[in-house]
Amino acid sequence: MTIQHHLDDNTLMAYAAGTLPEAVNLVVAAHVSLCDECRASVESYDAVGGILMDQSQHVAMSGESLAQVLARLDLPVTDKPVVRKPGALPGPVQDYVGGDLDSVKWKPIGMGVKQAILPTSSEATARLLFIPAGVAMPDHSHSGPEFTLVLQGAFFDADDRFARGDIEIANDDVTHTPIADIGEDCICLAVTDAPLEFKGWVPRIVQKFVDI
Amino acid sequence: MLANTSSLQSAPQPAILHGVNCCETHAVNGSEHERLTGQLDSTENEWVTLMIRVRDHSDRTAFAALFTHFAPRIKGFLINSGADAAMAEECAQDVMTTLWQKASQFDPTRASVATWIFTIARNRRIDMLRKQRRPEPEDLGWGPEPEPDQEDVIALQEDTNNLSAALEKLPSAQRDLIQKAYFGDLSQSEIAKITGLPLGTIKSRIRLALDLLRHEMK
Repeated sequence: MTIQHHLDDNTLMAYAAGTLPEAVNLVVAAHVSLCDECRASVESYDAVGGILMDQSQHVAMSGESLAQVLARLDLPVTDKPVVRKPGALPGPVQDYVGGDLDSVKWKPIGMGVKQAILPTSSEATARLLFIPAGVAMPDHSHSGPEFTLVLQGAFFDADDRFARGDIEIANDDVTHTPIADIGEDCICLAVTDAPLEFKGWVPRIVQKFVDI
Repeated sequence: MLANTSSLQSAPQPAILHGVNCCETHAVNGSEHERLTGQLDSTENEWVTLMIRVRDHSDRTAFAALFTHFAPRIKGFLINSGADAAMAEECAQDVMTTLWQKASQFDPTRASVATWIFTIARNRRIDMLRKQRRPEPEDLGWGPEPEPDQEDVIALQEDTNNLSAALEKLPSAQRDLIQKAYFGDLSQSEIAKITGLPLGTIKSRIRLALDLLRHEMK
């Protein structure tokens, strides 16, 4: 099935520019993994970045820099290659979960709904949501836009149906009540471009973000 | 950008640099070099050739030529993006080292050399300035073709040139906004004011390349 609901151009450009919060980068990378249309846009915006960089002011490198770099070209590469297996979760989400769906550490939040917060920087929040077939999504408040990417099953919101790969962008001024399709339990990646307003429990936020 | 470049564009002159003797090219003098640098058009083919030599032959002379052109630009870009000079210097060195180590991933049918270097620099910037990794989409296929179709390579270069020219023609206020967006100087709501970026045909060409790749994977 082809993807009906895409990301907007400004978000795709900001992803290419590298200026989005980590959690938003994650939902963009996950959608782009499933959507060639948006992948082509991102690669085009990468090209814009290449042109801007090529035309930006030159700042001279230090005198020894080329010699220093040449000297370290053949040092062994320490980066471990990322291992990703095809699964329900797109590769970039697997990186944060540490595996596919069977590795997700779900926490029940009522009505059979479960969630798992993914470890991103705190400017925005990414979590996986599991909504049983036919159940409405839980109430939560957010002060910025929210991106909801379907990874399994489908949900309806008003007249629109969102299936795997589709992404819904809800602004904070819109009241919406997505309901999981009856056919299958629905799994989504939901990202709010603002810290989530947690209710009733203490989140374990690791302050990874270093402000400069 | 200097105005009088049309004669240079009609005669493809490689912007190869002094003291670097590789490929069937000759050095140009300093003022010509100044006029040629910053343009993607006649020189992009040169960068691809050098990059392929790095990729396929671990050619250090070709690498040195790429370094001399791109490292000062990476450094300037990073300083514009909020890095101090020392960090920008270190980061530019890292980016060029990564270019060498990951050369096998360079695919001239999907990205120009400048585009590819930009993506490495952007990721390194996020890593250094924000102490974050950047989530990357899944890869498609098994990496670039060893011998890409030359027509595809040239077509992508033309699209990149056209995109560059279209950016030049934008009203300066709009162009400034786009620059600031890439330097990280704009909020999301300000980015929403950027309209109608002239992507032209490059997107449809990349889209086509992705379709072909998907087809081959089936």
